[in-house]
Amino acid sequence: MELIQYAFNNIELLGTRTLEHISLVSVAVGIATLTGVPIGIAITRNETVARTVLYIASIIITIPSIALFGIMIPILSTIGQGIGYVPAVIAVLLYSQLPIIRNTYTAINNVDPALREAARGIGMSANQRLRMVEIPLAVPVIMAGVRTAVVLNIGVMAIAAYIGAGGLGTFISRGISQSDPRQLIVGAVAVSLLAIIVDYSLLALQKRLTPKGLERAASSP
Amino acid sequence: MIRLDNLTKVFDTPKGAVVAADHISMEVPRGEICVLLGPSGCGKTTTLKMINRIVRPTSGKVFINDEDTSGLNTQELRRNIGYVIQQIGLFPNMTIEENITAVPRLLGWDAKRYKERAREMMAMIAMEPDAFLKRYPSELSGGQQQRIGVARALAADPPVMLMDEPFGAIDPINRAVIQDEFLKMQQDLKKTIMFVSHDIDEAIKMGDRVAIFREGKLVQYSTPDDLLAAPKNAFVESFLGEDRALKRLNLVKVREVMSHEIGTVTPDDSLETALQRIDDYGYQNAIVMINDRQRPTGMITRAIARTTKGYCRDHFQGIPAAVHLDDDLRKVASLMFSNDMTWLPCVDDDERIMGQITQRAITHHLGSRHRVAEHSVADQNTGV
Repeated sequence: MELIQYAFNNIELLGTRTLEHISLVSVAVGIATLTGVPIGIAITRNETVARTVLYIASIIITIPSIALFGIMIPILSTIGQGIGYVPAVIAVLLYSQLPIIRNTYTAINNVDPALREAARGIGMSANQRLRMVEIPLAVPVIMAGVRTAVVLNIGVMAIAAYIGAGGLGTFISRGISQSDPRQLIVGAVAVSLLAIIVDYSLLALQKRLTPKGLERAASSP
Repeated sequence: MIRLDNLTKVFDTPKGAVVAADHISMEVPRGEICVLLGPSGCGKTTTLKMINRIVRPTSGKVFINDEDTSGLNTQELRRNIGYVIQQIGLFPNMTIEENITAVPRLLGWDAKRYKERAREMMAMIAMEPDAFLKRYPSELSGGQQQRIGVARALAADPPVMLMDEPFGAIDPINRAVIQDEFLKMQQDLKKTIMFVSHDIDEAIKMGDRVAIFREGKLVQYSTPDDLLAAPKNAFVESFLGEDRALKRLNLVKVREVMSHEIGTVTPDDSLETALQRIDDYGYQNAIVMINDRQRPTGMITRAIARTTKGYCRDHFQGIPAAVHLDDDLRKVASLMFSNDMTWLPCVDDDERIMGQITQRAITHHLGSRHRVAEHSVADQNTGV
C-alpha cells in the first residue's frame, strides 16, 4: 500500500524517468541495428570473418556492465564525456551487437539454397537478391534479435544510473544509498514492467514486418 | 539453338581434382528439347548449370543462337535464359504475380506491361488469374507451384530454357499431367530446351534428343528411337534397361506400322462371300464388317461363316477395339493383350477404316530396327 502511495505521489518523476530510459535504450539499439544488420549481412560472405566477428561480440557481452562503465570513464573523459549519456549509449550499443549480428547472420545464411539458386538463375545481382529475397525472408529473425537486445539492455540501462545517465535506475540507486525500499522496489518493478511491455510491442511490430507469404506458411502446419 | 564446345568443369576437392564434365560438345537445334540423362554424379546437372554460369566452366564455350555467351554479362545472360529447378524455388515473400513477373521487372518493363504478361502466363498454364495472382506460393499445391515455376521461367519469353529435373518432386499422376501440358505448350512456343532427368521414361517422353552421360563424359547423343534401337555400348544398354524394346512402343505410331491392305465385308454380303474373303486374304479368324460410311461396325468369324447360311448383317460380332492412326504402339499392344486379339483395325479421325495392325507387324518393326542398327554398328567397326 505504501509502495502504491509512493509511486502515485511520484508519478510525474516516474514518467520522466521512464521516458529517459526508453529514449536511451531506443537510441542505442537503433544505432546498433543500423550497424549490426549490415555487419551481419557482410559476414555471410566469409566464414572465417564471421566466426571472428561473432567471437568478439560474444566476448563483449560477457563484460559486466559496471566494469564496462569503469573502463569507459578515463577513455571518454578525454572528450569530456566520461560519465552520463554518452557512455550509457555506447555500452548498450556494444551489448546489442551480438544478438543483432548473430540473428542477421543466421537468418541470411539459413535462406533456402534453392531460393538463392532460383534468384541467381533468373538473373538477380547479389544486391537484388538481398533486397528482394534474402532480407525480406530474414526480417522475422532479425527482429527477434532486436527484441532480445532491447529487453537485455533495458536491464543494463538501469545500472547506467550509477554513471549519471538517468533513467529508471535512478530510483534503484537512490533506494540503495538512502536505504529506502520504496524507491528500490518501485524502480525495479518499473524496469521489469517496461521490459515486458516493450517486448510485446516489438513482437507486434515483428509480425507486421513479416512478409505475408511467410506468415501463412508459418501458421499452416 | 544451344551449342556446347568442349565444355569442361574440374572441381578442386580435398581428395584432388574431380572432372565433373569432360570436354562436352553437343548442339541442340532451335525449338527442340534435349534431355540430359544419366545416373547421379554423371555430370549432366553440372553441364546444364554451366550454360547459365550457376557453375563456372573451367574451359570451353557455350553458344546460344550462334552467339558466344562468354562475352555477355552474367546477369544479362541469365535473364535471357528461362530456368526451372526441381525445388521450384518460388519466392515465399512474393505473390504469384510478383514471382511470375520477377524477370520482366528485373528487365525494367513498365507495370502495365508486366501485369498484362502475368495474366497471359496464367492463361498459358491454365490457371485462373483472378483466383491466383494475389496469393502466395505457400497456399498452392506442389503441382500448381511448379506450373508457376515454369511460368516464371517463360515470362520474359527467353529463346532458351534450362530445366533441372523440373517435375522430379511432383507425384507421378500430376507429373504425367504437367509433362503433357508442357509438351503441348512447347508445340506453340518452340523454345530450345535443355532438360536434366534421371528417369529414362521421362527422357523418352519429353526429349526430341537424349544425351546419355557417364562419369563426366557424353556417351551417346541421339533421338530416343535411335537410342533405344541402337545403344552404343553396354553401359547405355544397361542404363536403358532390358525392356528397352518395350519402351520404343511409346515412340512408334500406328501409321508407321499398319498395313493399308485390309479385306472387308459389308452387311449386305452373304456369309459365303465372307468365308471366301477370309480365305483369299489368308485371315485366320475373322474379317471386319464396315458400314456405308466405311466405319468398322463388327466382324464375321470364320466359324460362323463356315457353318451358317445367311447375310453378314445378321451374324456379326462386335469388334472389341479399334485404334487411331496416331495412337502409339504401347496402347495398341495393351488393347491386343486385354482383348486377346492378334490384330486390330485402324481408323482415321472420322473413324473410317484405314487398314489393320498385327502383332507380327509390331514385332517385325521393332526387330528390324534392331537388326539395321546392329548392322550399321558392325559396318562402322569393320570400317575402323
